[in-house]
Amino acid sequence: MAFTLYSLIQAAILCVNAVAVLHEERFLSKIGWGADHGIGGFGDEPGIKSQLLNLIRSVRTVMRVPLIAVNSVTIVLLLLFG
Amino acid sequence: MDHSFATPSGFRQRKLPPRMRMRGSAADMTDPSQLFEDTSTSSGSPGMEYRASETQSAGFTAQSLLSDPMSNLAMAYGSSLATQGKDMVDKRLYQFIPISKLKYYFAVDTMYVGKKLGLLVFPYMHENWEVRYQQDTPVAPRFDINAPDLYIPAMAFLTYILVAGLALGTQNSFIFLHRFSPEILGMQASSALIWLIIEVGVTLLSLYIMTVNTDLTTIDLIAFSGYKYVGMIIGVLSGLIFGRICYYLMLLWCCIAIVVFMVRSLRLKILSEAAAEGKLIRGSKNQLRMYLTITIAVVQPIFMYFLTYHLVR
Repeated sequence: MAFTLYSLIQAAILCVNAVAVLHEERFLSKIGWGADHGIGGFGDEPGIKSQLLNLIRSVRTVMRVPLIAVNSVTIVLLLLFG
Repeated sequence: MDHSFATPSGFRQRKLPPRMRMRGSAADMTDPSQLFEDTSTSSGSPGMEYRASETQSAGFTAQSLLSDPMSNLAMAYGSSLATQGKDMVDKRLYQFIPISKLKYYFAVDTMYVGKKLGLLVFPYMHENWEVRYQQDTPVAPRFDINAPDLYIPAMAFLTYILVAGLALGTQNSFIFLHRFSPEILGMQASSALIWLIIEVGVTLLSLYIMTVNTDLTTIDLIAFSGYKYVGMIIGVLSGLIFGRICYYLMLLWCCIAIVVFMVRSLRLKILSEAAAEGKLIRGSKNQLRMYLTITIAVVQPIFMYFLTYHLVR
């Protein structure tokens, strides 16, 4: 249970990478989690599945460019300092 | 002496020529006496004049020390720069950490802290768990015992680190004489902090996914997650003093107490009003919210045990 702040940052980076890697048409649409499935009706209850799909899509859109920078920095730091 | 009471700047201009004429120590003699007389006669004028005269007198003693218009200019410029810098820093800081909101959470007094600690350990007799509101904003914790605060969690966290150091220091392990070292203290602190961050993050994520419209802010969640440190401290201290059996007993008591406390506090905030009053509303949404509340409450004792069992061995 020995956690440092750095391990939390590493875990967060890995999780966000995992979400960003999910491809829209090759994978998500195949299992019915595509963007078109998310926008069900315009009822007042979005529902859990559409919220999740929204979350995945927004993470992929927003975090794509910062993740490039953060991943590069992390790789360089890991190579240098182990 | 007739001087304008109308504006402080006029007052300042009135004072400037005599200072520039008399550069020596005579300036110290006459100017303070003039200023003293001014403030006594201007006691009937509005307070702004009085404050202006006070700052003028303070500025004057400093200026008469330097007695140089260039350094006077530099000082005025420097002080204006400092004020600008302070404003900029405040604005930037306010964008990240809402400081006025933080101040609300620290507005506590001794009676509130005492009652809240009693409530954390023995929440079974408390009847009314609602937070009182005052014109759309929650009442400060000083006036309402149900309002969450950040003082107790912050203090409890720091005390937990100290108690962990105490526990590790007074125990003998079979390798070293004491299991304590400064690095371990840092590790305890950072691991407890990181578990707190993870817990608050997962709670926020699940609240977002379930589209629960509550007024629970992030800081509220941090406060609620920090209340379990009180139980942990009580368990570890009693375990240190009285032995392992007492540690388990006190930890069990505090775990049950904090489960009841969390369920009763969060029920009013997460569930809809009708369900919170005790009526069973058979909707999938309310069921999910009830499950979420119970999960949050049950996760607390797990954390309490995992963060303390290695301290009492």
